[in-house]
Amino acid sequence: MSRVLARPYLLLSPAILSLSLLMVAPVVFVLIYSFWLRTAEGLDVPAFQFGNWVNFFNDYFYWMALGSTFKTAFITTIICIILGYPTAYFLARAQIRNRGLLLFLMFLPFWVSYIIRTMSWINVLGKNGFVNAVLMGSGLIDEPMKLLYNDFSVIMGLVYFMLPYMIINVYVSLDGIDRNLESAARVLGCTPWQSFWEVTLPLSLPGLGAGSLLCFVLAAGSYVTPRLLGGTDTLFFPDLIYEAIISQLDWPFGAVLSIVMLVALGLVIAVYNRFMNLSDVYRSFAR
Amino acid sequence: MSSVELKAVEKHFAGGIIAVDAIDLDVPDGAFVTLLGPSGCGKTTTLRMVAGLEHPTGGEILIKGKRVNETPIHQRNLGMVFQNYALFPHKSIFDNVAFGLKYRGVGKADIAVRVRRALDIVRLPGVEQRFPTQLSGGQQQRIALARALVIEPDVLLLDEPLSALDANLREEMRSEIKAIQRRIGVTAIFVTHDQGEALAMSDLVVVMNKGKIEQRGAPAEVYEHPRSEFVANFLGNANFLPATVVAVAGGGISVALADGSQLAVADAARTVQAGEKVNVVVRAEKIELDGGGLSHASVLKGTISAVDYLGSTARYDVTLAGGEKVTTLATIRDGARRVGDQVNLSIAPEHCRIL
Ligand SMILES: Nc1ncnc2c1ncn2[C@@H]1O[C@H](COP(=O)(O)OP(=O)(O)OP(=O)(O)O)[C@@H](O)[C@H]1O
Ligand SMILES: [Mg+2]
Repeated sequence: MSRVLARPYLLLSPAILSLSLLMVAPVVFVLIYSFWLRTAEGLDVPAFQFGNWVNFFNDYFYWMALGSTFKTAFITTIICIILGYPTAYFLARAQIRNRGLLLFLMFLPFWVSYIIRTMSWINVLGKNGFVNAVLMGSGLIDEPMKLLYNDFSVIMGLVYFMLPYMIINVYVSLDGIDRNLESAARVLGCTPWQSFWEVTLPLSLPGLGAGSLLCFVLAAGSYVTPRLLGGTDTLFFPDLIYEAIISQLDWPFGAVLSIVMLVALGLVIAVYNRFMNLSDVYRSFAR
Repeated sequence: MSSVELKAVEKHFAGGIIAVDAIDLDVPDGAFVTLLGPSGCGKTTTLRMVAGLEHPTGGEILIKGKRVNETPIHQRNLGMVFQNYALFPHKSIFDNVAFGLKYRGVGKADIAVRVRRALDIVRLPGVEQRFPTQLSGGQQQRIALARALVIEPDVLLLDEPLSALDANLREEMRSEIKAIQRRIGVTAIFVTHDQGEALAMSDLVVVMNKGKIEQRGAPAEVYEHPRSEFVANFLGNANFLPATVVAVAGGGISVALADGSQLAVADAARTVQAGEKVNVVVRAEKIELDGGGLSHASVLKGTISAVDYLGSTARYDVTLAGGEKVTTLATIRDGARRVGDQVNLSIAPEHCRIL
């Protein structure tokens, strides 16, 4: 009997093993690190004390950084929804022959390194960049606008990176909606807009939710984009973790910040799961 | 008065596909009309054009005498039942059925009353709070019917509503839909590729093929008097016997088969001359096997070449003396015949049609 009960775990053991080694163990190490003591000489000494945590909770700065990170991630998500939904709707519904090609083109930039793609925005938004050159050349402005190294360019870069994820999630969701449902709503008396509100939008919410969660979590956790496109006053939490660990070599405090980030994003996912079905997120990956 | 009229309605799709080819159709008020035909013959397209979900490339559609070509879908006041039910999965049964009423500005209290009445009609009271996935296929189809009927539509359109159900349920729903339609008196256009459904339910059967109407008429008329080989074939097991007319006397025609054996035919609808080559159509179940039968029936000799045992009946493939193959359907009395048995086939003249 017990042998039968043990069987699923036995069969799952490779997955359980690799997950614990690759996912759980590092987090546990980071957690342990957060209790270590950083001495004045800059050495990390194994210990069990809450000094790092007390420092974090007493420093308003880190809370602000977390707030500004989430704000940026939130704005990025909203922009991705506004830009992504109509695009996905077009891809799913337009009478086009090369739908597959269009979807492929959307993911084509992924073949180029994320860092290079992000850096290319410098050529677009910079002082002598494309946008300013066009605007000045056409006489619309006299002096180059400051488009780079501020929150605007960070959000721009994040939207650029995140948009395909949003589109594909919404697309999968829209594509799975039975067209007869919209026809039924129309025959029952809905105008095209009403049928969209009554049927299409509610039924595509799982995809929209999944895309939004993905956008938010990836944006909040992104490090390269704010670092390359952000200004000196850009406050981004992952960047602070980098600063703590790499620049100040303060591993214990970096560990505290990492755990905070993990818990904060975990809370976002928990709240999401309360209202939406998390399995939809996984499903969009399975496609 | 006609409830729905189609005048030379056609629908072309991109790529030169002619889905519906200049169809004329009158659907009388209160009638149950079936569009019957094989897959891809344009039944659904025709129905969708009536609903407004598809725009005709040419011709005119009238509902209650008014041209509706330019009327948007939501203003046509039609009820439609889809093959896959198309219930809104995110709405309760109540909200599903109430959907059309909401968009007709019906008051809340009135909606509740009418939804309950509609659910009573389809014999599913008390499921208001459930969701579509919590109902069986047959129940979902009843809800779809209730949702279409509750708005008191001018016409009820049904696109193969039974094809997703299993065989037993299908027959039950078949008679139920028909009974409800008759009770309410709503005009219905029913699309199917199942000849049994078409014959059992309809006042008028419209047989379609390749975007055209092959024949229309009462079920018995279409079944007994097929006008073309296609109709004869599509509705039931038909045998085609190539023959030559030998004599014409009054309503009686005498034809000769390949081996010279004679067959009497009574088909007043056709005028033929002696010597003409014709095709004689006989339904499988009209051929009697070794019957003492009717005195005026022609008798043909043949050999059984295959037997399909069907329980109460058996289907026999018989090869005639002249080499023609004939299928017969016979009730089994004392044991089925065997392959190789010599049999006499009696065919009454009134059961033969000339094409
Ligand atoms: N949107 C469309 N675009 C192009 N061709 C179409 C479209 N809809 C239908 N057709 C074609 O029109 C013809 C008729 O289709 P229709 O759906 O009306 O057939 P049907 O009689 O309902 O068949 P079935 O019994 O399989 O449902 C088919 O050849 C089909 O391929
Ligand atoms: Mg069809």
